[in-house]
Amino acid sequence: MERTPLLEVTDLKQYFKITRTYTTKAVDGISFKIYPGETYGLVGESGSGKSTTGRSIIRLYDPTSGSIKFDGKEIGKKLSKEDKAYLRMNMQMIFQDPMACLNPRMKVKEIIAEGLRIHKICKSEQEIDEKVNAILEKVGLSKEHATRFPHQFSGGQRQRIGIARALVMNPKLVIADEAISALDVSIQAQVVNLMKDIQQELGTTYLFIAHDLAMVKYISDRIGVLHLGHIVETGTTDEIFQDPIHPYTKSLLSAIPHPNPKVEKTRKALTYDKNKEGVDYTKGKIHHLSDTHYVLATDEEFAKWHG
Amino acid sequence: MSEKKDKKDRVLSIRDLDISFDTSNGVVKAIRGVRLDLFKGETIAIVGESGSGKSVTVKAIMGILASNGHIDNGSITFFDEGKAIDLVKMKPKDIRYNYCGKKIAMVFQDPMTSLDPTMTIGRQIMEPILEHLKVSHQEAKNRAMELLELVGIENPQKRFKQYPHQLSGGMRQRVVIAIALSCDPQILICDEPTTALDVTIQAKILELIKDIQYKKNISVIYITHDLGVVAKVADYVAVMYAGKIIEKGNIDEIFYDPRHPYTWGLLSSMPDVDTDSHRLFAIPGSCPNLLERVEGDAFAPRNPYALKIDFKVEPPIFDVGGQHRVASWLCHPNAPKVEMPEQLRKRIDKMLKEVRG
Ligand SMILES: Nc1ncnc2c1ncn2[C@@H]1O[C@H](COP(=O)(O)OP(=O)(O)OP(=O)(O)O)[C@@H](O)[C@H]1O
Ligand SMILES: Nc1ncnc2c1ncn2[C@@H]1O[C@H](COP(=O)(O)OP(=O)(O)OP(=O)(O)O)[C@@H](O)[C@H]1O
Ligand SMILES: [Mg+2]
Ligand SMILES: [Mg+2]
Repeated sequence: MERTPLLEVTDLKQYFKITRTYTTKAVDGISFKIYPGETYGLVGESGSGKSTTGRSIIRLYDPTSGSIKFDGKEIGKKLSKEDKAYLRMNMQMIFQDPMACLNPRMKVKEIIAEGLRIHKICKSEQEIDEKVNAILEKVGLSKEHATRFPHQFSGGQRQRIGIARALVMNPKLVIADEAISALDVSIQAQVVNLMKDIQQELGTTYLFIAHDLAMVKYISDRIGVLHLGHIVETGTTDEIFQDPIHPYTKSLLSAIPHPNPKVEKTRKALTYDKNKEGVDYTKGKIHHLSDTHYVLATDEEFAKWHG
Repeated sequence: MSEKKDKKDRVLSIRDLDISFDTSNGVVKAIRGVRLDLFKGETIAIVGESGSGKSVTVKAIMGILASNGHIDNGSITFFDEGKAIDLVKMKPKDIRYNYCGKKIAMVFQDPMTSLDPTMTIGRQIMEPILEHLKVSHQEAKNRAMELLELVGIENPQKRFKQYPHQLSGGMRQRVVIAIALSCDPQILICDEPTTALDVTIQAKILELIKDIQYKKNISVIYITHDLGVVAKVADYVAVMYAGKIIEKGNIDEIFYDPRHPYTWGLLSSMPDVDTDSHRLFAIPGSCPNLLERVEGDAFAPRNPYALKIDFKVEPPIFDVGGQHRVASWLCHPNAPKVEMPEQLRKRIDKMLKEVRG
């Protein structure tokens, strides 16, 4: 039986008009599904459109075209008031730039409680306090931190405030945009384990955007590889790591730094230049390798890469 | 880097640095007795958990501590063409005027906080060039374009006129790096410069910094939590915990022969793409609250190998040979012998095998 996806993105385009003659096609027709309780990792180089994808889905932008279905509702078009409220309560985003999204004049408690207050989720101030303190502890901070301001925290601590703010709403979908990139390894491990625990406990679904493939490997069930606004390959985590087909995927995998100084000092990563190889993503079509694994390629490219 | 380092090749020397912050809950002792040397042409990496004091240390060098922070003790000596200048004794304003962005440049953790959202990126790169290098407008513009190309930004003409919010996170970070490099600094401080970057561009930026370092013989302080990056760039590594350097040594000493249980934990919590375990090792617990006086070794409560003395007396720094120094009672000659965790041992053995081929 076919499971119903929690999120279904179909042919999503997000363009930005820079000048009258110049438009950035940040996201150029991508499709993917995320099932309830799973983690979908979105990887790709800087500027490939990862954040834009996340921001379009949570509707910080008006998509240029395409459809976004969330929990059975179409949210890619103009939103009704109810749908907007539904979206704000059930979908949360953790941002890449922690400082840019935490109001510097608000105390941590107010930052975290903001959503609870707007949507009148708690009955009393005491309930808010309890929820805030519980979530602070969950992300590895303590209730003493609730009265401080964001600038009084280290980068990693700030990111945990952003995570707490998202999770306190108990959302169905969390879009984590480089949520752990600013954290050090040991805290990354804690936060990733924490996100996994919460997922197990509450069935939360994640769209996990990151450039650190080693981390993505740990957390994701499936992975989509984004390049210049196109998903060039997608598959289960094993399929992507064990059997990558697209040269871009291969170059990404080879660029993962290994913590072995003697090897790493001299190792060179594979390079991939789409123009040199004459690849035009708009000409490619989907080639399936399995139910879950497929690549964007022309027939010739597919034959060459898969050969 | 040669094994023997000559004192006269130092460019920066930090001694017994103590820094604290006044907060509504009391005084936070963020840095406690940091001691570190930086040599010409060398790259030091500072690693450690979030909140361990990495950024505060380098902000003190730049004279940009938050207003509620103060240096309580110690010195930060910058050797400027043979002259020794104690930056601690200077007014932050004078450091910023004479050194920041010119002789010592910094790339920040959070690119958005160092870019002005209301100014085009072109102007932001040109500004320090015009201010410090005293060149014509056209020359500054050419140089700015070159820098943008150097850091791998395609279409610099178009990007020149854009505002920070129109760039992706990684592009913003590259703009910040371009600004830092604009005035040929002697010391480049990078605070998590590549965390916002994907692996391919990260690799390019690291190459770029290395290349510039090689050409201009500049010294680099690199703060990162990515031990893969450390492995790639660093000659020397300082591991910080709760405001102190708890282990330092050259790159091989730290990666192949770590001695402090905290360093063991850090190395163990690295994700390893070659293994299939589904749970990451995480050091249990969290950093101590620096509002309270630290009794004994700050890491003791989280340290499965802690000795009784760890809870009472702060360990001194032990010389364990070479350039390797460790602040742990386990390195005392009379301490019981403990081995690093089995799994880490295996990982290191595997790494060493890879090297021998
Ligand atoms: N508000 C905007 N206005 C104009 N262009 C934009 C805007 N937001 C993003 N872009 C452009 O869209 C492209 C994709 O940007 P996006 O932020 O999605 O990249 P990303 O994959 O998240 O990269 P990174 O890993 O660097 O964060 C870039 O070329 C960027 O300059
Ligand atoms: N202005 C401030 N007021 C109060 N405490 C501060 C202030 N700035 C930093 N601190 C505290 O000093 C300690 C060290 O912070 P620092 O920013 O150096 O951490 P870090 O090692 O750079 O961490 P990260 O990896 O998360 O960036 C933290 O406990 C932090 O909360
Ligand atoms: Mg992004
Ligand atoms: Mg920091």
